[in-house]
Formats: sequence, structure tokens, C-alpha cells
Amino acid sequence: MTTADGTPLKVALARATRRSKIRAFLLVAPLLVFILITFIFPIIHMLMNSVDSPEVQEAIPATVAELQKWDGTGLPGEAVYAALAKELGDRSRRAEIGRMSKRLNYETAGFRSLLNATGRKIGGAKAPFKEAFIAIDKDWGNPDTWKVIKNAAPAITISYYLNALDRTTDPDGNIVQQPEYKQIYVTLFLRTIYVSIGVTVFCILLAYPISYMLATLPTKYSNLLLILVLLPFWTSLLVRTTSWIVLLQTQGVINDLLVWTGLIDTENRITMIYNMTGSLIAMTHILLPFMVLPLYSVMKTISPNYMRAARSLGANPLVAFVRIYMPQTVPGIGAGSILVFILAIGYYITPALVGGQDGQLISNLIAYHMKQSLNWSLAAALGSILLAGVLAMYWLYDRLVGIDNMKLG
Amino acid sequence: MALPVYAGPLERTWYYAYRVICAAVFFFLIAPIVVIIPLSFNAEPYFTFTPEMLRFEAAGYSLRWYEDIINNEQWLHSMKNSFIIGILSTVVATTLGTLAAIGLSRSELPAKSFIMGVMISPMIVPLIISAAAMFLFYSAPFGMPFALTQTYTGLILAHAALGTPFVVITVTATLVGFDRSLIRASATLGADPVTTFFKVIMPLILPGVISGALFAFITSFDEVVVVFFMAGFEQRTIPRQMWAGIREQISPTILAVATLLVCISIALLATIELLRRRNERMRGVTY
Amino acid sequence: MKHLLKSASVAAVGLAAFGLAGAASAETLTVVSWGGAYTKSQVEAYQKPWMAKTGDTINSEDYNGGLAEVRAQVEANNVSWDLVDVELSDAVRGCDEGILETLPLDDLPPSADGTPAVNDFIAGTLHECAVGLIVWSTVYAYDTDKVSGKPTTIADFFDLKKFPGKRGMRKSPKANLEFALMADGVPADKVYEALATSAGVERAFKKLDTIKNDTIWWEAGAQPPQLLADGEVVMTTAYNGRLFNAIANEGKPFEIVWDGQVWDIDLWVMPKGTKNKKRAWEFIKFSSDTQRLADQAKYISYGPVRKSSFPMIEAKMQPHMPTAPVNFKNPLQNDFEFWADFGDELNERFNAWLAG
Repeated sequence: MTTADGTPLKVALARATRRSKIRAFLLVAPLLVFILITFIFPIIHMLMNSVDSPEVQEAIPATVAELQKWDGTGLPGEAVYAALAKELGDRSRRAEIGRMSKRLNYETAGFRSLLNATGRKIGGAKAPFKEAFIAIDKDWGNPDTWKVIKNAAPAITISYYLNALDRTTDPDGNIVQQPEYKQIYVTLFLRTIYVSIGVTVFCILLAYPISYMLATLPTKYSNLLLILVLLPFWTSLLVRTTSWIVLLQTQGVINDLLVWTGLIDTENRITMIYNMTGSLIAMTHILLPFMVLPLYSVMKTISPNYMRAARSLGANPLVAFVRIYMPQTVPGIGAGSILVFILAIGYYITPALVGGQDGQLISNLIAYHMKQSLNWSLAAALGSILLAGVLAMYWLYDRLVGIDNMKLG
Repeated sequence: MALPVYAGPLERTWYYAYRVICAAVFFFLIAPIVVIIPLSFNAEPYFTFTPEMLRFEAAGYSLRWYEDIINNEQWLHSMKNSFIIGILSTVVATTLGTLAAIGLSRSELPAKSFIMGVMISPMIVPLIISAAAMFLFYSAPFGMPFALTQTYTGLILAHAALGTPFVVITVTATLVGFDRSLIRASATLGADPVTTFFKVIMPLILPGVISGALFAFITSFDEVVVVFFMAGFEQRTIPRQMWAGIREQISPTILAVATLLVCISIALLATIELLRRRNERMRGVTY
Repeated sequence: MKHLLKSASVAAVGLAAFGLAGAASAETLTVVSWGGAYTKSQVEAYQKPWMAKTGDTINSEDYNGGLAEVRAQVEANNVSWDLVDVELSDAVRGCDEGILETLPLDDLPPSADGTPAVNDFIAGTLHECAVGLIVWSTVYAYDTDKVSGKPTTIADFFDLKKFPGKRGMRKSPKANLEFALMADGVPADKVYEALATSAGVERAFKKLDTIKNDTIWWEAGAQPPQLLADGEVVMTTAYNGRLFNAIANEGKPFEIVWDGQVWDIDLWVMPKGTKNKKRAWEFIKFSSDTQRLADQAKYISYGPVRKSSFPMIEAKMQPHMPTAPVNFKNPLQNDFEFWADFGDELNERFNAWLAG
């Protein structure tokens, strides 16, 4: 079979399909390119940052090359000391050496001043350099010092990931636990997960009754009540966090009310904010609409006839509800839970403002390393681990609910 | 939902208890938002109701915190910033998002779920990670010697990226009920694709586009983490200014700003609600 | 002293590069500082007179400290900040990392009696990348309405039995570990020696443990006076200038305890690659001269770093200065070398301690 101009029908169809494929793709392309450039590349760039370790190589390349010949037993040879003397003494390398000091100081505290003091004095030293170095600081006579430099020299490192999991490498390159007083990240990851689960459970408990009410009331009432859910949803996060501060602080509305009613006296005002309680209350409030909306939309599709049937067959109301109604709401609970959990696990603003010391989550540490300690690679490593967790949840969400079924408002 | 006539006493008790529980949850949802409104009219610099306020005396109330906003250059500047950044990023997000949603609704599109995944990603990735990544990347995009951090352009691009998933999702949802034979009909009647888009497709998907745009706008308007990382002092937005206020000196001015923001939320919510009803009426499709 | 000597040699080279800026046409400088009452004092004492003198425009921006922004700007080769007011440890770190300009310190104006700047500045307040401005101090204060009795020593801050009530402390190991050791009986001049050993760090954290559950942690300088005023705490550590502002300008019933104060300095630094290098240097010279530093003390109770400025401070401000003899009985200077080395490690440990 051929078309009017003699092309075989099969070819013409293939051509038409290809053309419409291209046309569809062209519609999608601008946004795809935009997201890739403004969003995906930054994420990839950050992932690379978490394993990037160019500092030592850039600062003292000749020394690194000499160190490669060292077998790790005893002290390195004079050639290594001579190379380091030349490179540390070279004042034009200051910036590079400064960055290397910072990098090595992460591995062993005190490395920065060791390099600084040595850099200041080594310029005037003469061969043999080994003795000159050891005269400046006896740490240069310790093989461990050299092992730390050698271990940090490769351009790719997993040390930030180890750090993010409360692990580190000893001078011999074995992975060991951080000393107990420095272990924090695993605790915080776990706490973040517990808090997210807690918030999710609270949200289910609070959302279930009102979603049921919204789904079963006549539309004219339920639409009114729905506004009570949607208004918080549309209200700024900062506004809602501010409100909770106003309500919960020691001199706040709730404490004032309790004192006024005589339930507590003014010396025993309850601390409800700047701790975990404050974080939990505010986060539950902020995320509750994300549970109500999917639950409501699922419940609305459940026909009341099932319940009536169960009742008329003699089931008591509780049994009917638990055995007949609840199983049908599981997809809604699942969708809402995953949504709330994903949002909670990456929460930053609310814990930072009302969390106090024990309400801090992993996001707060990421922000701390980005803004304050400037250990961007560690922030990137922590972020990557968190991201992996969220993507796993997202995959689960896709399997259970499907991205296409995501609903808003 | 009414109590059935055959209900026993236990069921009756539960019926009322259940209503009380629901009322409590609704109260929990709405009270924090309502409580700040009267407090923003406090005559005293306190965060709590003064005795004068509780006695409803005029002396207990004042507009001083609202005057504070008007007289404070920083607040006015940050409001201007919020609207500039919000509106421009919404325009970018809505244009790109609507086109993409139309493309996505075509069954011929290859690698559809992959593309969808990429487009939704800004909504899935925790903000703190997006913000950190954008800050690092935008301070020297592709290693080029210029920075988008501390610029309006950078913030608008970042917020547009965060807003696009909402546009894609809402417009895609609207297109689910879209009858594709209308496009073919328009074509057979001699309309070129551009005319078809503006005369046939656009009027039908407009509610979805507008609600997507509102979502994108509120995303930018509300966003503080990316602003926190990327904005300089010049680009401070309202939420960033509120953050500084809460952190540093909590004054009732923040409550006045919060009240204004609640009014904006109500306006947006009302618009969305009207659109949704119109859409339902027009096609009997819910989303 | 050793970095003074070193900076002198760097300065000699730097001077040639900088040249001597003549009276050029009006320019715009972007000057970044900590905001609030502090920035206001700088605007009054430095910026306004400079703008009047030269016709320049000065954009005054606020930031929350730290080098993140400076580093990002320098690495992107897009420096929009000309001058930044930083803490000493950040100045040292930034200089080491090469993200700050080195400054020709010999070019700083001498005092009125001809004492060279190097001798007029208090020892340790000039750095090859930074010029000191003020001495500020971390102290603690209490609310006289809520605390019965009169705390006088740093040990009293940790004494919950004698002075019950919530405490406020900065969410950082800096100054807190020092306070803890001093309260535990370590003399001020032995504090950093002790902190360099793990037993000393252990001891400091043990002391902090005793008040951990009764402490609210603050981050921004404006928070502690607010916490005191709100009654969230009855005693808190704070920067002395912020407390002065609350006491003198807002009439709050707070009392400062100067015993064991940890003092530090703030300095001007110039991000590497700023476009207005010459003009910014002229502004540094102007703002750090004897008169300007003395003027600033009118607006905020931070002490000038130039000895020649001391006698010019108004009598009514004298008793509020960290360096006033009556306040300066048991002071400890923040050791930036120590914090540059152990800051990351101790911060990590402190965060772990807080979270635990």
C-alpha cells in the first residue's frame, strides 16, 4: 500500500510519528533545558563537591609526587622534605597552602598552625631539610604527619562521607569510628527520621477524623470547612512559625491563659518552645494540610453504601468502620504519609527558629556547614545522603501512588 | 453524616465526642493564624493580650505597627523585592511549564516518565539541598567568571525552577479531560497551530494555568531558604526580613506584616477556589 | 608581635602597588558590617563624615558574620563588597586562604603626637590583611528584677543554687568554654593552655553540663537582650555593646558582670579583587584614625583600638568600655590562633554535645 504520492504507507506513518514525537519533544524541551541548567546541574555540581579534594595536590604537587615513592614505613626521605621546604617557602603559593591547611586541619586539628609556623620559618632553612623541619616542630619527625598528607593527596576522597557517618580514617588508612564525643551526624540522621515519623503519625491521627468529616458532610458545609484546611496551606511558613512563637513562648498566649485561669502559677510557666516539643507542634501544624488533602480526596470516592451494607448485615459500627471503611482509605494514608515524611525530613526553617538545642535536625547542620564553618564539602556529603533517602521515598511514592496522580489544592 | 435513628446510646456519645474532636483539630489548624491578627493591633510592644485589649478598650489597640511598616524603608524595599521576584519568576515558570505540560500530555512523547521525573525534581528535593547546591553553582556557573548569587536574575531563575513543577502538575491535570479532537477540528477548519493554541487550547486550560501560576507565585513569595543562601542585602524579600526579625528583634511589626500576608493568602485562596469551581462546572472533572 | 613585623615588610611592598590615592572624583563604596546599633555607630562616626568630606556614596550592608559570602565572591571573581567588618579569627583565616587583600599598614596615619600607627594600635590589633577598629567583649548580664542577690563573678553564672533561673548562652563553643574553665577555677592566663589538652576540654564541657538543661542558646547578637527582656532567661552572656544599648537607650533593668570577660576585636578587611581598592584603603585610613575611633565610642560602648583615642572618650561613656580599668580586672583575650586551629574540631564536639 502506498500514499497518494507513492510513498509506502509504513514509511509515511513512521515519518508522521517521528514528526509528532519531535513536535511533542520540542514543547517539552525549553523547560527541560531550563531545569537541567538551573537545577539539575547545581545538584550534580554539589555531589561532585562532596568527593572533591584538590587542595593538597594544588598546593604541593612536587612533594606529593615525591611522597608517592615513600612506602609508609619510617620517615620519608630527604627528597620529600626538600620538596616541601621549597613549596612551603614559596610565598606566591600562599592561597593554595592556606586551602590545604584548612583541608588537613579537618583530618587532624592543629595541622593549620603546624603548616603556618613551618611556612614562616622554613624559608631561611638550609639542607639537610629533614633536620631543619624536625627542629621547627617535632611533629615532622612523626610518620603519622606524613601519612595524613599522603592520604589526603588523591583528588577524590570519601573522607567527607566518612565524616558525615561519624567515621574517619586513622593514619594507616583504616576506617574507624570517630571518638564518641564527636559523634553527631548519625544521631541527627536518626533523630530526623524519628521526628519525621512522629510528625507523620500525628498528622494521620489529626487528619483522619476531619478528612472523614469533610468527605461525608454535604458539599455546602464541607466546602466551608475545607477553607479551614486550605487557609493554613496557603499561609506563609514564616507567618505560621511566628504564630507558634507567640502562642508557645514562656510569656506567650497559652502560658498567660494558663496563669490567668489559675492552672499554673506564674513561676511555673511551661517551656513549650525552643525545644523538641515546639518543633513537633509547629511542624505538625504546618504539614497537616498535606495529609488532609490526599486523604480527603480518597475518602470522597468511597461510597457510603459499603458501610450501610455492613451495618445492615449486622456488623456493629466500629467493626464496620475498621473492617470495611479503613482498608479503602489506605491509599490516601500512604500518599499523605509519604508526602508529609518527605517534606519533614528536609525541614529547616521551623526547627531553626523554634527547635532550640534538642530540636535541631540534619538540615540545620547542613546550613551550619554552608554558612558558618564553610566546610562545603561536608555539607555536600550530608546533603547527598539526605537526598538519597528522599529519592528512595520518592521512588516508593511513585510505585504506590504514581507521580501522575499527585494532586494539589 | 447525620445520626441514624437506630443509633444506640454508645453511638450517640461517640457521635458527639467525634464532633468535639473534629472541632478541636479545626481549631488547632486555624487558631494560630487567627490569633496574630488582633495582636498586630496591640498598642503595647508585647506579644500577648494586654488587659486593655481584653476589655476591648480603644486605648489597647493601635495601628502603630502598621505605621512602622510604612515608615520602614527596609520592609517596603523587601515587599517590592518579593513582588518583583515573585511575579517575574511566575512568568518564566508559567510559560515554560504550560508548554511542557502540553507536550507531556501527548502520548507520542518519548521517555515520558524520565522527563516528568526531571521536571518534578525541584519539588521533591529538600529545599535546604536545592539552596545549598544553587548557592555553590550560581556563584560561578560552569566556572565562568561571574556570579548569579546576590543578583535579582539569580533569584528569579532559582524561584522559577522551584515553581515549575506546580505549573506542570496543575496544567497536566487540566489536560486530562481535554478532548484532543478539538485540535484536529480546529486544524481542519484551517487554523494554524498558533491560532489553535490561543483560540482553542488556551481558553480551556486557562483555569489550570492560572492556578499553576498562583502556586508558582506563592512558592516564590513564601520561599526563604534559597533567599537565605543566595540573596544579598539588596535582594531581601519579606520572608527573609521576617526571619531576621524573628531571630533578632521580635517586635509586633512582624505580626502586622504577618497579618498582611494572611490577607494575601486569603485572596489567593479565593481565586483558586473560584477557578476550581468554574473548572468543575465546565467539564465535570475534578482535580 | 611577630606578625606585626611581618606585616611591616609586606606593607612596604603593598604600598607601591596601592600608590597614594589622590583626590579623585566621587566613588561608591560598599561597606558591610553587623547591623543594628553597631552599624549605626559606624555610619555616624565613619561613613557620614567621609561622605561629607569626599562626596562619595557609601552603601552600608548588613551581614551575619562569617566568610561564606566573601569566599563565594572571591572564588567567582565577582567582588561586590569593598570592606567587611570581621572578627579576628575570620581575618586570620581569610588571610591564610588568600581571599583577603594584604594591606600596607605603614601607610596608616600616626597619632596626633606623632606616634607611628604600629605603636599606637593596641598590640595584636593590626594584621597583615586587617586593621582593627574596636575592642568588644563577651560578658554576662542579669535582670535585677528577677535575680535576688548580686552575682559578681563568672562562677556565679554557673551557680544555679545561689541564682536559680534560666541562662542564655551563645550557640558556639567560643567564649563558653573559656567561661566554663574560669568558673571552674582556672586562672584567665591559663585557660587556653588548659583547653589545648583533652583533659581541659573535658573539664570545660563538664562544667557546661551543670547548666545545660537550664540554658537557652542564642545565635544573633540582638537575641540575648531580647531574651532577658522577655523573661525567657534571667541571666545571659551577650556582647557588651548590645547590653549597653538595652540598658542606656531602652532603660532595661540589666546589670553587667565584667568578671572573666572575653574580649576580642573587630577589624576591616578587603576581599581580594575589589574594584575600589585604593578608595577603600583611603576609607580604612580615615575611619581608623584617632578622631573617628573616639567618635564611635559616643554611640556604642565598644572601646577604640588606638591608645591615643582613649583620652578623647566622653566621661559618661568611660565606665561602659570593656577596657575601663574597673571592668578590666580579670579579662581574657580571645586567642584567635587557638580558635583557628581547634575551632572546627571544638565546634563539631560542641554540636555533638548539644545534640546529645
